[in-house]
Formats: sequence, C-alpha cells, structure tokens
Amino acid sequence: MYGEELRIGVFVCDCGLNIAGTVDCKAVAEYSETLDDVVAVIRNKYTCADPGQNEIKKAIIEHKLNRVVVASCTPKIHEPTFRQCVADAGLNPYLYEMANIREHCSWVHQNEKAKATEKAKELVKSAVARARFLEPQIEAEVPVTKAALVIGGGVAGIQSALDLADAGHQVYLVEKEPSIGGIMAALDKTYPTMDCSI
Amino acid sequence: MMDVGRHPRIKLLAYSEIEHVSGFIGNFNVKVRKKARYVDENDCTACGDCVVDCPVIVPDEYQQGLSSRKAIYIQLPQAVPSAYLIDMDHCLGNNPIACGKCQEACEKKCINFDMEDEILELEVGTIIVATGNEVYDPTELDEFGYRSFENVITSMEFERLICAGGPTEGHFVRPTDHQRPIRIGFIQCVGSRSDNRGNPYCSNICCMNTIKDTLLLNDHYPDTESKVFYIDIRAFGKGFEDMFKRSKEAGVKYIRGIPGDVWEDPVTKNIFLAVEDTTSGKVEVHELDLVVLSVGLEPRKDMKHLQQLLTLSSTADGFLLESHPKLKPVDAPTRGIFYAGCVEAPKDVKESVTQASAAAARASIILNAGKVQIEAITAQINTDECNYCGLCAKVCPYHAITAADRKLGIYPEVIQAACAGCGTCGAECPTDAITMRHFTDFQIMAQVDSILDKDNMDKVVAFACNWCSYAGGDLCGTSRLQYPTNVRLIRTMCSGRVDEKFVIHAFKKGAPLVLVSGCHFADCHYINAVTWTQKRVEKLWNKLERLGIRPERLQLEWISAAEGQKFARVMRELEEMRKKVTPEEVAETIKILEREEAKALEKKAGKAKKAEEALQTA
Repeated sequence: MYGEELRIGVFVCDCGLNIAGTVDCKAVAEYSETLDDVVAVIRNKYTCADPGQNEIKKAIIEHKLNRVVVASCTPKIHEPTFRQCVADAGLNPYLYEMANIREHCSWVHQNEKAKATEKAKELVKSAVARARFLEPQIEAEVPVTKAALVIGGGVAGIQSALDLADAGHQVYLVEKEPSIGGIMAALDKTYPTMDCSI
Repeated sequence: MMDVGRHPRIKLLAYSEIEHVSGFIGNFNVKVRKKARYVDENDCTACGDCVVDCPVIVPDEYQQGLSSRKAIYIQLPQAVPSAYLIDMDHCLGNNPIACGKCQEACEKKCINFDMEDEILELEVGTIIVATGNEVYDPTELDEFGYRSFENVITSMEFERLICAGGPTEGHFVRPTDHQRPIRIGFIQCVGSRSDNRGNPYCSNICCMNTIKDTLLLNDHYPDTESKVFYIDIRAFGKGFEDMFKRSKEAGVKYIRGIPGDVWEDPVTKNIFLAVEDTTSGKVEVHELDLVVLSVGLEPRKDMKHLQQLLTLSSTADGFLLESHPKLKPVDAPTRGIFYAGCVEAPKDVKESVTQASAAAARASIILNAGKVQIEAITAQINTDECNYCGLCAKVCPYHAITAADRKLGIYPEVIQAACAGCGTCGAECPTDAITMRHFTDFQIMAQVDSILDKDNMDKVVAFACNWCSYAGGDLCGTSRLQYPTNVRLIRTMCSGRVDEKFVIHAFKKGAPLVLVSGCHFADCHYINAVTWTQKRVEKLWNKLERLGIRPERLQLEWISAAEGQKFARVMRELEEMRKKVTPEEVAETIKILEREEAKALEKKAGKAKKAEEALQTA
C-alpha cells in the first residue's frame, strides 16, 4: 500500500452545537477540500454516532481512502472509537488522526467565532499534515497473568477482593496493618442503616 | 472481614507492604515485604495467654489511645488474620531476648523471636489501589482547644467511646470525670472547607456521620441534648434527608455557625462555645459537657512511594487522579490499575463498596480477556544509524533498552513489552537512529511546518504531553475557560519526546514563541522522563542565549490534567509574550539559525571528506 498515492478523507463533526455553535463547520469542510491529498470531505452532526461512523466506513471503501482525519473532540475520548471504526472498514487503525476542534477550539473560544473557525481550519490542516506521514502499525498482544493484587484491606479493598475472588480469580490482598478492616473497623455504627461496621 | 480470611482464592498478606512494582498491564511483578509478626499466624489461636504476663503497656491505637495494650497484642478482637503479633518497637527486646514471658506462656509454642521479614514476589495482571485515607488531626493547630481541653474529642474518638467494643464497653463517658455527658456539641467541617486551616474541600461524610452520632446518642440516652454547629448540612444521598429529619425531630439543635471562641471552666471542665448563629445574626454562648470535632478526611501521607511505583498522579486535593472523572471514574490513567474507596476521594461506606465492585468488574474485564493489546507507540532502533553511544539506555525510565557495546559491536535493543513509548530516547538520540512509532520526527516536524507556513507571527507552537498538559487543555475546554486563539498544540505522549531539533525547527520556521509543557515532576507518567525534558530545555536556553536568541521565547510549563485554570492562564500569558516579539526579531532568528545550519552542514561535510580520505589512505 505504501508508495501508493495519498488518499485522505476528512470528517468534520458539528457535535450538535458543541462545535457548530462556535465554529463554522461548513467553512471548515470547504477549506478541507482545498488541502492536498484530501479526496473526500464529509460533515456530520455527530461523527461518533453510528450514522457518522457508517459514513466513514462507506467513504473508506468508496473513495479508497488510506488516511482518515476526524475533526471533532479530544482523542482521549474518541480515538479508540474511530480507530475501531476505520479498522472495521479494513484500514490499519494507526492511519487515523484526530483534530481536536472542540475542547481545544470551540469550547475555549466561544466569543471569537471567526477566529475559532480559522483555528479549526488550521487544526485540520495540521492533522492532515501529520496524517500524510502516518504508517500502519501492528499492536503487540501480550498475555495477562490471571491474578489480581488489591492494595489495602479496608472496606473497599475487602469488597474488591471478594468480588474478584467470587468471579473465579486468584487475589492477593496486601494490608499494611496486622489486621484487615481499615478505618471502618474502628467505627461503631455506620449510616444510613445504623448497623455494626464489622 | 471473615469471608476474606476463609476465601479459597484470596491470599491475605496482612502486616505487609509493597516494596516494588514493575511491568505493565497484564504483567505486573510485585515485591511485597511481609513483616515479621514474631507469632506464627497459622498456629496462633488468639487465646490471649501470652498477653497476661507481658510487662509492657503502650497506648492502644485501635482505641484511639483511649486505652492501653501490651507489646504482644491483637489489633482488634475480630482481627483477620486472627493472630497476635509482637510490637518490636516496644517489646523489651529479642536480641538477646530480654523478657520472653509471652513465649513461656504460649502453650502452642507459636512465638518465635527469630522470625524475619519475608520478601514475596507476586505476578499479577491487574492492581486495585484501595489504600484509603487518613483522618484530619486537629492537634497541630489546636483546633477548638483540642490539645488544651480534655473534653474536646474527635469524631473518631467518639466512635470508640460509644462502641460496645470500645475502652468503656459502650458506656459513653467524657474524659475528665468519666461521667456521662448530657450536653454535647458537634462542630462540623473541622479540617474541611477552609482555605486557611486543614483542607479546602468538603470531606463528604462528616455531616451524615454527625447526624448518625446524634441519633445513636438519642437511642442510647434519650435525655442527651445534642447541638450541631455547622456551615451547611449536606444530606444529599439516598435516605440521608430522612435521617436528618429524624435527628431534628429527636430534638437535636442545628445551629448555623462555626464557633469563634472556645474556653473551659477550670472547675467543672465544661466547654463554652461562642458562636454567631447566622440565621439570627445573634452571638450566643453555649455551655457543653463535651464537644466532638467532626474531623474531615485527608489523603494518606505515606502514598508518595506507591504513587511513584505505579506512576499515579494526584488531583489538587491530594487524592488520586482518575482516568476520566465521569467516564472512567475507577480507572487510573496507568492501564491495568484501578481505584477503590477513599484513595480517590473522600466517600462513605456505601460509595466505597460501590466503587470497589466497579473496580473489581473493570479488573475482571482484563483478567477474563486473558490478553491485552499494547499500543503501537514504542521505540525502534535503526542500527544503521546507531553509533553505540548508549544514551538511549541511560535515559530510559523503564530500563527497556539494553546496553550497547561498541567494541563487541552490540547495538542497543528495545524490549518492546517494557517500552512505554515516552519517546525520551528518541529525543536524546544524537544520530536520529530511534523511531518513535506513531510519533515520528517526520510527523511532528510536519505539524510544526503546517502551523508556521502561514501567518507565523500570530502563532504560538506548544508541545503538550498527552497525560497532563494536553489533558489540562481538555479540562479547560470542558470547563469552558476562554483563552486566545493563537496557540497550536502538538501532542506527544510525554514532554520527554520533545527533541531539541523540533524547537530549533520551529524557530527557524519563524515561530515567535515555543512552549514545552509536561507533567509536574511528581505526576510524570513515565517515572522520571520529565527530568530529561527539564535538562533538555535548560540546554536549549543556553544554546539560544549563546546564539543571541532571547531564551524567553522558549517557555517551559508544568500543567497537570487537573489544572484547567492554569492551562488557560498560561495560554493568556503566552499570548502577551507573543505580542512582544517583533517580525525583525524573528527574521534575525531565522538568519542566525540558517547560518548555524550551514555551519553544521559544512562541518559534517568536512568530517565525511576526512573520513573518506582516511579510508583511501588506508
């Protein structure tokens, strides 16, 4: 695939009014069309919702996209969502890039609509610039040791340990004090049921 | 508690501490120090014969120091494991054995003065941190006369005094005369909700705990006259308002005001409180037999070591930072680690149990899956470019790069499973032999170029680490804190990824101002990678100065994920700084850097020529 011409798709999200209330998403989409290597631009009301994701999947196939840029929110929320989405359409998930035009743009420049729109355009441009250099990656898969450690044997640690053990897992419960129980064991009665704490 | 002791799949390691943690999600290696109890935990029947002859008497911590215990003791009657231990700090000594009376008294012969600490190594796939909290100690500030007047006690001491298992077997008496107090005052928010004393946050549990206490007193002694001095009563949970109403119906007086003055009658030892009732505006004096300070909750002071081992950060209040306050409230930002209970924030028993079950469920997902994907952002070494300098291995916080050996021709190697992808090695490598997958030099330079190829004078180029500064920017967004539009963020996993050449490149492309921002040192998500950020930026400042470029044009800021306010403030300050940079200054910088680049190229060409000549001569 590499060495192939770049075919970038840009998906601009309104996020209802979260983005579109401040940023002129139409203008951002139109601007995105002018960027080199961008072959498809689609604007959505909610890109993360199923219809939005379906548009991405459809476009990947229709336009033979080999890079996807979503201009929406922070990657901390939806990067996993869109990585999965592009993977579902057969694209390596690392060929996906995000432009954060919500947390870092529409929400923090609410009183400067024109400037926010210009910034959003540039955030897309920057994401596209990065996307050109993205490479497919293979994630390593590592086995999980089937045991859990719970640090602290107060009421929370006890509950976690019991739940995990009841679910069939081996649990190590480490408590600093000579006995488990924590602060709760030093209480007489606890609210709201007024029953004994131990 | 008992269920834990007898569960076949729970291995309880009491009187034990975490010494070391290494590894990553699915594969943590943990060293635990199991401290010597000097009593065989399995053989001890908790008969108590040993205690009788022990001559050492010390305050009993479990009873809040209100009664005493011996040097050989059991923490509480219902202890799990149900076994005694010797407190060696107070025992007359085991080397040589100075007393040994307990050993003589023990029929089962389970006391062993030669017992030593054991180090256990555990392999686990996931970790739940449930280390809890501390209770605010009013001693230091002598709050409301706590240190001066005996009849001022804390809510924790109250619990022991009213408990059937307490030092008075549940007979509620006051300290000075061991008589039952009738007039009891509760002072709320001690150590909470104050910018000057204790902590600024609400401790969540104290209002309801006091309401519970007033009901308990009323239940045991209907003639008790309780008064509660408060700022607000926060009875927000299920059934809470109902309890508050019951307390008021039982005759408990709620007085909106925190006492301003407190004194003791030297004869009766009664406590007087002067308080402005803010509902009436009147200053009143209340005479009370006993005052209970409703103390708040605090983060544990001994958490730093564990936090560093698990690379966990704190929020501004000192409790641990969760991955997302709403969507991932029990996940730590470090994958595979979860929170339960008060380690994350003050909470009551119900909330702790709820969160603990949530944490167990989250941990189960990983354990049930049996395998995890590791994000493909690790380092790779291109041996063609490597000059064996070994810097990468030196700076790696995870020791994930093996040592190079020039003589033996051994190249450094990245242990993929141990690499966390911070990129510090990539930034430090002098020959660019390291590729950070998904955060390559090409990708980052392309971002810099795209930011500056138009209207460069209007831009601030800001490198932000994924975990803290970028997240601080996100918090700024969710909090709708406004700042100027000129900043352009480039996200890297860690500020340690920011290569000197990225910064120089930005200046060469006409950036008026560059920011490098990362986690505070204590919060660094890559152990200590941020220390390399600092060193590199300092080096850059020197370099800029030497070249005649104002070092202030490169800014360094530590912004945590919890510091949305700070993020906005820094962005505003940067904008002010940017405005002061003139196009002439930027043009001059570009000229200087281009000249430097030409010089470097010349030098490189000279070196290559020399090498070629040497080769030909040979």
